[in-house]
Amino acid sequence: MEFIFAVSVGVMTTAGIYLMLRAQTFPVILGLTLLSYAVNLFLFASGRLTVNGAAIVGHSEQLADPLPQALVLTAIVIGFAMTAFVLILAIRARSDLGNDQVDGRELPPERSALEEALANRVEKLSAVHKARNDKPARNKRKPS
Amino acid sequence: MLQHLPVLPLLIPLLGGILLLLPPLADDRNRQRIMGTVLALLQLIVAVYLLWTVHQHGSRVYAMGDWQPPFGILLVADRLATLLLVLTAILLLCVQLFSSAGEDEKGKFFHPLLMFQTLGIQGAFLTGDLFNLFVFFEVLLIASYALLIHGGGAQKTLANVHYVSLNLAGSALFLFALGIMYGTFGTLNMADMQQKAAQIHSDDMRLASVGAMLLLVVFGLKSAMMPLHFWMPRAYAVAPAPVAALFAIMTKVGIYSLWRVHSGIFGDNAGELANIAQPWLWPLAWLTVVIGIIATLASQTLRELTANLVIISVGSLLLMVALNTPEATASGLYYLVHSTLATALMFLVAGLIVEQRGKAEDRFVQARPLAQPVLLGALFFMAALALIGMPPVSGFIGKALMLKAALAGNQAAWVWPPILLASLAALVMLSRSGGTLFWRARGDHPDDTRAHPAQLAAVILLAIIFPVMVVFAGWITDFAQLAAAEMQQGMVLNLPGGDDA
Repeated sequence: MEFIFAVSVGVMTTAGIYLMLRAQTFPVILGLTLLSYAVNLFLFASGRLTVNGAAIVGHSEQLADPLPQALVLTAIVIGFAMTAFVLILAIRARSDLGNDQVDGRELPPERSALEEALANRVEKLSAVHKARNDKPARNKRKPS
Repeated sequence: MLQHLPVLPLLIPLLGGILLLLPPLADDRNRQRIMGTVLALLQLIVAVYLLWTVHQHGSRVYAMGDWQPPFGILLVADRLATLLLVLTAILLLCVQLFSSAGEDEKGKFFHPLLMFQTLGIQGAFLTGDLFNLFVFFEVLLIASYALLIHGGGAQKTLANVHYVSLNLAGSALFLFALGIMYGTFGTLNMADMQQKAAQIHSDDMRLASVGAMLLLVVFGLKSAMMPLHFWMPRAYAVAPAPVAALFAIMTKVGIYSLWRVHSGIFGDNAGELANIAQPWLWPLAWLTVVIGIIATLASQTLRELTANLVIISVGSLLLMVALNTPEATASGLYYLVHSTLATALMFLVAGLIVEQRGKAEDRFVQARPLAQPVLLGALFFMAALALIGMPPVSGFIGKALMLKAALAGNQAAWVWPPILLASLAALVMLSRSGGTLFWRARGDHPDDTRAHPAQLAAVILLAIIFPVMVVFAGWITDFAQLAAAEMQQGMVLNLPGGDDA
């Protein structure tokens, strides 16, 4: 159980951090949400993992630590409010800034390697073409 | 009634903020303004009274709901906390007055938000429980998110997106750290943790040190420590003037938490965990000042300049946290109070300058002359003296005390150059900017905007404090020394059964 628990906290944290490093606001918010899930699980484990343990004395043989449960509840409520706020803020930023980039600036469109090569080729050809077209024009202008 | 005194700094802004949202006050801005000012005054009175009581009779511990420590939630009013409560209340009063002149018309909930922001700050200062510190951090953060975007505009939204995302990530780290702390210490009561720090089981040692370092990252983010300061200059530069002035204390909440956790819990008496953050704090504090100096020299507007000076003051305070002697903490405390008020004053003066310079705002360019050059110039001069740390204003005493503490701690070679160079950078930039803002005027038709009497009252109230802090410097430093000694010994130990509440 400990292993699965640890792996799930780790995977969620990794995914959360990865998404937080994206440049658009929505993935960032998703990342923050995942991170807060990971945190909640982690906090839950801080009172040690017990199976079939009640948080009230005398209700079962094993006892669970009630404090982390209270902490997790508080953290969930706060995380919920913060997520709601950041969502509204992201929508506001989308309308104020005209795009959903975290930095508020539209990035140039990404090109694949093939597109890049094609664009370079087109540029080169057009430069050659232009040079060819320009030459006679200059020659014509000279006599006048 | 008197036994409930420590909880009043939380109840007044909480209930006051709710009252401001209810019908008789909610719809009428003038009533809100009057009520807000009355509440701010009330808080100042309570804070000063609490400070006096604590000074006379020692720290007071208040157990919420009479749940006895270490299980209940505690409020601890010791000298350090109450001094910062008074500082917050003074700041709130000035900000409240300043915003009553028209800044609050740009949004509906300005006054209640100010109250909730104060609730968060005062709660963070008063609490004796690490998880509650987190809760109050969140309270002050969510109020500050809304205050930062007050008035709207693309710049504010952009700064706010960064500020909110970073702080949410910071909150997640804080919770991770709290989980680790609870897992290793078995308690989150600060006084209890301080006792147990020396007896941590050796298997848990590494885990506990990870928790301590995570807390360093969290508090570093709040206080704008070097690699974590990037959100800060933009957020402070675009915030409305009164909000920026109130934010002047927010970075100091981070410093306060560093003192509580890394000088208190993980202080000299923490056994193997003693002073665990110090090897990191030294270079980071040093670099914070250096980055602050460079950014100061590159500033383009007065508000940006002030924001960068905040980074310098944070760096100087971090140096004092790293030094970690009683003298260093005491001088840091004096400087903290001073620099908070000085930056707040400069932000408010910058707000007045922005209003009178039309489109040029506070950029360092030639523009139309100010409508009230003499008045604003005098205020600017006062704030500049305070920020640079020149006599006769209290900044000089603060910096001199810090230099002296470094000398006593045999760290003068580390501490003196950054602090002195920072003063030089501030001197260069503030004289340059003052010359541009007040003398390089084009045309002779100033705007007819005049500073509102409420704004002037706020600014002058702040400006008067600096001479007062010089006159009472002896008393304040004595108090700060007692506070520092008290903090390093640890919070008042509230053994189960001992009841002060």
